[in-house]
Amino acid sequence: MNQDSHSSPVQSERWVGRATVVEVAGDIDLHRSSQFQQSLLDVVDRNPERIVVDLGGVGYMDSSGVASLVKLLSRTRKTGVGLRLVGLTRRVQSVFEITRLNTVFEICQTEEEALA
Amino acid sequence: MKSVLNRPIVIHLPSSPSYLPVMRATLGKLCELVGFDRETAGAVVLSMDEALTNIIKHAYGGAEDGVIDIELAPVGEPEPEAVKISLRDYGPAVDPKKIKSRDLDDVRPGGLGVHIIKKCMDTVEYAPADGGGTLLTMVKKLNSQKGKDKV
Repeated sequence: MNQDSHSSPVQSERWVGRATVVEVAGDIDLHRSSQFQQSLLDVVDRNPERIVVDLGGVGYMDSSGVASLVKLLSRTRKTGVGLRLVGLTRRVQSVFEITRLNTVFEICQTEEEALA
Repeated sequence: MKSVLNRPIVIHLPSSPSYLPVMRATLGKLCELVGFDRETAGAVVLSMDEALTNIIKHAYGGAEDGVIDIELAPVGEPEPEAVKISLRDYGPAVDPKKIKSRDLDDVRPGGLGVHIIKKCMDTVEYAPADGGGTLLTMVKKLNSQKGKDKV
């Protein structure tokens, strides 16, 4: 996937009721993971009841990208914010399976399911 | 004249995360030409990416002025049967016995790279490099089932 390596992986945020849907795109590796993590933690600071992270535009993610999501999970647990992931490509899903984090995160098939 | 893949690609990579996409693209194409299916090629590429990330973070402490010597070698005659990836850094020597996967039940950020590499590759060997630094050698066989359908 073509991408500007200097742009934030977080492409957009939108409110759906009291939830925030965060759309992510591009490859997420060591080069972009710190910016990714900071963008995600900034969302928590806006006090949504739930965060839905849409990874449908992410073609590649390594363990540094996964670590950013684990950090987000830790923050949301501490602050009582719900967190769901949606739109995982097969490749990204596989990284979660290898690291067994697919059993830790709430992973949904559709945005509707994630918002329900 | 038949074109064959029987010689290694040698790259001296700056220890900057900016180059990771370049290496992923290069290895991904080599894996495709050698004959790996898409899923297995993805696992090989992820493994190299994780290894390079560890070198940048730990061997060079994030400094981008280091060098990583990379060799990507098709293995086998007359047709490639495997790909061998060698990564050599010039950072402080590390005891290979101390490079281990961590407990996955401990859910926390970081430390997953070695687990991923060992899960996806057929052979993973860390050794002190001549003249300092560490040499990591990883092999993935064309007929391997390890890590299949993962990545």
